[in-house]
Parts: sequence; C-alpha cells; structure tokens
Amino acid sequence: MEVSDIIKPENQVFCKTKLMTDNSLSYCPGCGHGTAHNLTMEVIDEMGISEDVIGVAPVGCSVLAYDFMNIDMTQAAHGRAPAVATAISRLWPEKYVFTYQGDGDLAAIGTAETIHACNRGENIVIIFVNNGIYGMTGGQMAPTTLAGMKSSTSPYGRDIETMGSPLKITELIANLPGVYYVSRHAVHTHKHARKAKKAIQKAFENTRLGKGLSFIEIVSNCNSGWKMGPNESNIWMEENMFPYFPLGDIKVDGILKK
Amino acid sequence: MSELKLMKGNEALAEAAIRAGVDGYFGYPITPQTEIIEYLMTERPELRTGMVVLQAESEIAAINMVYGAASTGKKAMTSSSSPGISLKLEGISYLAGAELPAVIVNVVRGGPGLGTIQPSQADYFQSVKGGGHGDYKLYVLAPASVQEMADFVEDAFDIAFKYRAPVLILSDGLIGQMMEKVVLKPQKLRMTNEELIEKNGDWAVTGKKGRERNIITSLDLQSEKMEARVRRLMKKYEQMEKEDLRFEKINCDDAEYLIIAYGSSARISQKAVELGRAKGIKVGLLRPITLFPYPKKALFDLADQVKGILSVELNAGQMVEDVRLSVEFKVPVEHFGRTGGIIHTPEEILEALEQKIIKNGSIRHHKTRESSIL
Ligand SMILES: Cc1ncc(C[n+]2csc(CCOP(=O)(O)OP(=O)(O)O)c2C)c(N)n1
Ligand code: SF4
Ligand SMILES: [Mg+2]
Repeated sequence: MEVSDIIKPENQVFCKTKLMTDNSLSYCPGCGHGTAHNLTMEVIDEMGISEDVIGVAPVGCSVLAYDFMNIDMTQAAHGRAPAVATAISRLWPEKYVFTYQGDGDLAAIGTAETIHACNRGENIVIIFVNNGIYGMTGGQMAPTTLAGMKSSTSPYGRDIETMGSPLKITELIANLPGVYYVSRHAVHTHKHARKAKKAIQKAFENTRLGKGLSFIEIVSNCNSGWKMGPNESNIWMEENMFPYFPLGDIKVDGILKK
Repeated sequence: MSELKLMKGNEALAEAAIRAGVDGYFGYPITPQTEIIEYLMTERPELRTGMVVLQAESEIAAINMVYGAASTGKKAMTSSSSPGISLKLEGISYLAGAELPAVIVNVVRGGPGLGTIQPSQADYFQSVKGGGHGDYKLYVLAPASVQEMADFVEDAFDIAFKYRAPVLILSDGLIGQMMEKVVLKPQKLRMTNEELIEKNGDWAVTGKKGRERNIITSLDLQSEKMEARVRRLMKKYEQMEKEDLRFEKINCDDAEYLIIAYGSSARISQKAVELGRAKGIKVGLLRPITLFPYPKKALFDLADQVKGILSVELNAGQMVEDVRLSVEFKVPVEHFGRTGGIIHTPEEILEALEQKIIKNGSIRHHKTRESSIL
C-alpha cells in the first residue's frame, strides 16, 4: 500500500488551510499568531471571498503576514493600519478590508488611528492579537503588559504607579457608537480556536452587511518574549491574562453586553 | 469645458483636483492651506465625481490613508503645511519605499517649531534632501502662480503614476493665499475600477480576482533584495533627471548677472529683473520649476556667461547650497532671503544683487579661487 492510497481527501481529518501559502511560518513554535492567521484564512476561504479581500499587515511579529496569507495585502507603517484600511474601504466599499495588528501596534503607537477608525465606524474588521508584550523587538513592555509583569523594559515588573495600568483598549473601543461587534477570544486550544473562528466569521459577515466596525481581540501568548516554554506560557496566560482580559462577547449587534 | 475664474491658490488646487479625476483626498487642517479641505468639503465632490474627501484625525493618519488608497491603484492626495509635513514624513518614506504613486502638497509656512503662519520657503531642505528616512527622493514641483497651483495637480499625478513614486507640490503661503485669474481645465472622468485594474492590476491590491495575489510592502529583510530595491529607486530618479526636469529662463540670453529663485520668490524676482533692466543692469532669472530634478546643467552653463549669481529665497539660505554645487565655484554665488514671514520686495532684491554680487563680485571671486587652490 502506498502513502497516497492512505492519504485521500475522504479520510483526511486535518489539512493545511488552503488560503495559507507554502512559506514556512516565521513565528516561534507555540506562538498564537500562526493559529490566528489560519483561522482568518479559513473564514475567508469558507465564505468564498478570497478574491474580494484586501488585508493590511502591521509592524510587529506579524509584519510578514503577507508572506503567509495568500490574498492581496498591503503592509502599513507601525500603528497606522486602521488609517490605511479606512481609505481602502472608502474607495472600495464592496471589498472586505481587514487589519491584523499586535498590541503595541494597535494600542500604543497607533491608538489614535485605532480609536478614530472605530469611532467613524469604518466598515472593516480589526483582528487584534494581544500578547501583552512587544514580541518583534524582543520583549519590551506593551500597553497591555500586566501589572508586575517583567519585560526587558520593565525588568523589575510593571510598576503601575509610574508605568500606568495595562490598557483595556477593547473595552474602550466597545463604548464607541461606530463599533458594531466586539469580542475577545483565545486560540491556544481547539475549543478556544473554534469559538474564535466563529467570531471572525461573524465579523466578516458584518462587513458583508455593511454594519460597520467589527473588532476581534485574540489574547495570545508570546513564549519567547515571556521567556517561557509554549506550554508554560499557555498556562500562565490562562492564569494571569484571562482574569484581566476576560474572554467573551463585549458588544454584539451594536449593543454592549452587561 | 475650460473656465476662467478668480480664485485663491489653495482653492484653485482643490478645484483642479476634482477636475483631474482624483479619487481620494485625506487631510488635516493647518494654516495656510486649510482652504483646500474646506473647499473640497463645500464642493461635495462625492456628488460631482464620486471623489472621497475625509478629514483625518492627524497628518499621520492622512498620509497613511493616502498610502492605503495608493496601494489599491487609486489617485490619492493630501495637503498640509510645514509642521504637518514633518509628521507625514515617515509615511512619505513608506510611499517611496513601497513604490506607490501619490501627491502631497506643502503650502509652506515659517519655522522651525510652530513658527509663523506667514509664507516661507524654509522647507526646501526637507523637500529635496529626503526629509524622511532612507534613500529616496521626491519629485518636487514648485508653483509660482495660482494657474500653476491648478495645473500642477494633474502634472503631479502623471509623474506619480509614470514612476510609481510620491510627488510633492511645494507651494507657500503666498501662492496658496493670493487670488489670481486661473483657467480651469474641463472635468475629467475618474477611472472606473475596471479601467484601474486594467492599468494597475499588475501591482495594485484590489482583491486577487483572476490573478496571483499582489503585495505592497517596503520591507526587504534580505540585504541583496533591499539593495536591489534602492537601486531600482535610484534608476527612477536618474530617469526623472533625464526626462522630466522643468525650468524657465527669463531674460537670460544677454545676462551678465543671474538671479535664481522658485515659487513666490521667482514671482517677486521677476519684478526685480525688470527694475534692474530699467537701470541698465543686464540681469536674468532662472526659475527652477522642479526642485528635484534640479537644473544643474543649465546653471553650470550659465556660470560661463554671468559674473555672479544671487539665490533669492524666503529662508536663511537653503537652495543656495545646490546653486554652489551646480556651478562648481565658477562664479560667486550669494544668498538673499527674508524669514519670519517677511516677503522681500523687488527693490530689496535688486539692492542685494547690487551689493552682494555686482559690487563685491570680483573680490569674492578672487577669494574663492584662492581658497579653492589652497
Ligand atoms: C515608528 C516605529 N517605531 C518603532 C518600531 C519598532 N517596532 C517594531 S515592532 C514593535 C512592537 C510590536 O509589538 P506588537 O504590536 O505588540 O506586535 P508583536 O510583535 O507582539 O506581535 C516596535 C516597537 C518601528 N518599526 N517603527
Ligand atoms: S516573539 Fe512572541 S509573538 Fe513573536 S513569534 Fe515569537 S512567540 Fe510569537
Ligand atoms: Mg504584542
């Protein structure tokens, strides 16, 4: 019996996401970025919109998202993806436009662009990967770094007296009238990933219906930046990140959840 | 249909943008160019042509909106004045690096800092010496009349798309605010999405219908690839120098002295040339219309004919450096400028020519020669 006799489409339970390229991922083993990419591409593929999607990559570990997502993409300056996406969506209202951004990109340098694109209710999807750290530049403090959490620029732990509290930008954004859908997820287990995928799907459906801005936060790990093994980092995330950034819907169909 | 109107420079530029079939304008208010976005908002171009006009939350957002629009092959522009242009520079560098066509307008005011809202030409260095980070240049057009404020919009987009590169219209508060007669071109239709895909589909991100995906980026982590990108940019700039240099010579045929000036300084210098000629001084004017590419060869050749050159600018001495480089010390070159928003008068310019060049010329000339021998 040959391998090809065994691996047939009808008995395949798992395969590479069609809309991902064959380039090997540049992410550290165990990093959540790859799964977040996969889920986004699965949704776009299943909705049959891959030829009508324009993605905007950030500056951060996912700057090379365009190497992996097999769709039309443009790469924005650090933090400016929502402004880039705004213009694309305004000039191509029939297209599906999304940004994919990290927490430094979206909630520090790009805070103004994020808040104002949300406040204008741009008809776009924002996928926000919150790993509580600057992964790409080697583990510096992010606006979302937890109180007491160590990073290379908060080597004695984040002191909220002098460094401020971790920013819940997602809750802030949910309060803006232009924002239609806000949901927070994780992707480190199959169960979590399935839920996250549903949310991403709902977000792109909102674009189809012209509902305005959908914002999906994915609380993720950065095992390299946190200086932990992949497993250990996922446990640490559940124990420390989830209590501060609780998972679930925050705003659905324009209505804030109590 | 063409139309003759009396308009402010800023308004003429805005109207010309609608008529040129521009797809998107993104801006943030700042004096002395706010009339551009005010005019566009009032004119409702979304009803006239479908043009999108958006007031951004900052100049940074505005230039990145231009980046987004340009990524999709649309005709996009922004305008600002000096402090706002400083904020846009990262975005402008990205546009150059990612090889995107776009038009940026700077209606210059005095600086540094918050400076003054009065006219100035103190952003010459910023415009032609990079400004933003990295190895790039901007094609820079310098209008000297309200008519050119209007005409240069289409010219700028032609160049931007010919080279897939950002183009700067470097105006100033005087040209932007003054009113003159202007002939406006007839309305051009905006490109349809189908036409755009036909023309720009090989690079623009429009959704990958019927083709391999397109990617817009300025990132090359492999050194060889990055160097190849820089070389590609340098090739474009060389080609601009060969094919798209623009300048104007006024009364230069028999000139013994030369004034060089661009934009509003050129307008005022033209009057100074008339005053000089009336006094019997054989003075001519070289007006660079593009500041990059720069009329180096024209200057080099004129240096064989004239006894001295005065660079007239509304700044503390910026373009004068390029004049000196161009003439390679063949003749004395001096600078005359006012700052702080003060506009030089034609009489002042003529006096400066007489004092700095005609009277002192031969002495300076000698000194320069000696020092260059040493
Ligand atoms: C203007 C500018 N400032 C700083 C940087 C350096 N920089 C690159 S990525 C990054 C942080 C990215 O962190 P985040 O957005 O959280 O993404 P992650 O890598 O964690 O996914 C920084 C500061 C830059 N490229 N550009
Ligand atoms: S540094 Fe962190 S965010 Fe970046 S790839 Fe590695 S684990 Fe992921
Ligand atoms: Mg991060």
